[in-house]
Amino acid sequence: MTAQAPIAAGYETGGGTWRFPANRPLRLDSGGAIAPLEIAYKTYGALNAAKTNAVLVCHALTGDQHLASTHPVTGKPGWWSLYVGPGRPLDPERHFIISTNVIGGCMGSTGPATTDPKTGEAFGLKFPVITIADMVRAQAMLIEALGIETLFAVVGGSMGGMQALQWAADYPEKLFSCVCIAAAARHSAQNIAFHEVGRQAIMADPNWCGGAYLKAGVRPEKGLAVARMAAHITYLSEAALQRKFGRELQRDGLSWGFDADFQVESYLRHQGASFVDRFDANSYLYITRALDYFDLGAQHGGVLAEAFVGARKVKFCVLSFSSDWLYPTPESRDVVRALNGAGCRASFAEIQTDKGHDAFFLDEPLLEQTLRGFLEAQAQARGLT
Amino acid sequence: MSAIREDFAEILKLVRPNARVLDIGCEDGELLELLTREKGVDGQGLEISNEGVAACLARGLAVVQGDGDRDLDHFPTRAFDYAILSKTLQQMREPRHVLSELLRIADQAVVSVPNFGHWKVRWALLSQGRMPETGALPEPWWSTPNIHLCTLRDFVFLCDELELRIDACASLAEGKEARPIDPRRAIENWRAETALFLLSRKAEPQPAAAPVNLFGEAERPAGDAPVRRKRR
Repeated sequence: MTAQAPIAAGYETGGGTWRFPANRPLRLDSGGAIAPLEIAYKTYGALNAAKTNAVLVCHALTGDQHLASTHPVTGKPGWWSLYVGPGRPLDPERHFIISTNVIGGCMGSTGPATTDPKTGEAFGLKFPVITIADMVRAQAMLIEALGIETLFAVVGGSMGGMQALQWAADYPEKLFSCVCIAAAARHSAQNIAFHEVGRQAIMADPNWCGGAYLKAGVRPEKGLAVARMAAHITYLSEAALQRKFGRELQRDGLSWGFDADFQVESYLRHQGASFVDRFDANSYLYITRALDYFDLGAQHGGVLAEAFVGARKVKFCVLSFSSDWLYPTPESRDVVRALNGAGCRASFAEIQTDKGHDAFFLDEPLLEQTLRGFLEAQAQARGLT
Repeated sequence: MSAIREDFAEILKLVRPNARVLDIGCEDGELLELLTREKGVDGQGLEISNEGVAACLARGLAVVQGDGDRDLDHFPTRAFDYAILSKTLQQMREPRHVLSELLRIADQAVVSVPNFGHWKVRWALLSQGRMPETGALPEPWWSTPNIHLCTLRDFVFLCDELELRIDACASLAEGKEARPIDPRRAIENWRAETALFLLSRKAEPQPAAAPVNLFGEAERPAGDAPVRRKRR
């Protein structure tokens, strides 16, 4: 992909860092609190007079608020540029689009790299363990601060989809519609297992320094890169890897050593190496932990449908990808079953693609059509022009 | 606007305004859209094909990609006023289970089935000794999706067995207006090409038994296995 300016860039209408005063702490599921709370965010388009066109887009594990504008670190287009822009499913000419950096993140929202006002040093491991519900609570504070009572839609893929479901469970009265793409209502044993590999890789790096690497003036780049490499495999399907790389070699012949002989090795090394430039290792620990702790059904007495009984007026759209083995289709079906069980109106489609989990931010015409169809219908129901 | 399909026109007459409707095998959502527009129903579709689901979404309908054979179990008891199954019961693997599920999920079911007792079918079998190909059943035996065909009489017997009440019945034929019939009359089992039924329960439904196995899949209730019955 070329690093040209995303077409939504001209529609960026605001953002920055919202700083809540210390007397407005973010209460956490763990019992702790974050104060003062800072949330980095961006907006695209304008809020209409009736305040009915606001859309919150929630990002995945390593995403951020740079939804559709050039990323300040990588210089690449925002992570969902293909789906946000004039004439696209999320259209800044019609929608007021908000994206935030989750708490625990490393692009401006309060996280483990934030300076602890008590010590004058980065929080590191003193940062409290957070949950998906905590992320959503922080977003709700921002939405309220922006003067928005009801979101036209909350939209997210992967971890963003989990946030969307959490929104429906916790703030159904503030939602008109909810789109959950390639996600699940809980983390499976396999999901947790892969995350644990990543965390162990980070913590095994001597430069991690027990989490206090910023104070030591180093970064656990090797560990974080390995974590990213392992995770990246889970984002791709076997078929996509095979098609992209097969057994192709980097150079003519084998090296008879441990250089990156195969193209797939070189690709993964590149993924790992470029990731460390834009991501903080402790943020990776905290956010993967939040994902592992996520179990929306368990939050509601073990019955997922109970999570959605307050959301009967919310229109849901749940989408999965046929080749996603990280959050496979049966996970989305469980969500749909629970929604139906709760008496919610839900749409569900399994999008046929061999691109794996990452399909949600790739050029996927079926996703584009489905998303557009759903949002268009909701816009009519909501009276948006 | 093009003419409304004859079965749709009849369903439109049967459904109360503002009802909650589940359309199983809703295809591109034409019926649901019609019911939404004309009767203000709160509709939900179930459709297996990608094209159908995409078309429904584009129409603004709530649609779940799924299979009437597998995905009815998770709908709560009496979640809908009507469950509609148009011309697809004979394509189900477990039509008996599906029929009882329809009337667990909804207070009334609208079901249409092609009648294998129609005179054209009987004549084709009698005169040629080959599987009939008729207007209602156009495909050859080796490619037909209709794997569980029944006659009008068979269907009435099944309703009796499942303790379902037939609230209304109409005979349908392509391009002709629906004709109200008494499905228990022997002559209708010769005359009706397709029959549309409005069914309800004689007794209160049992709540959904939804045991979940190790893989998180709801297991089928025990009554689901094919049951051999003495033919009457």
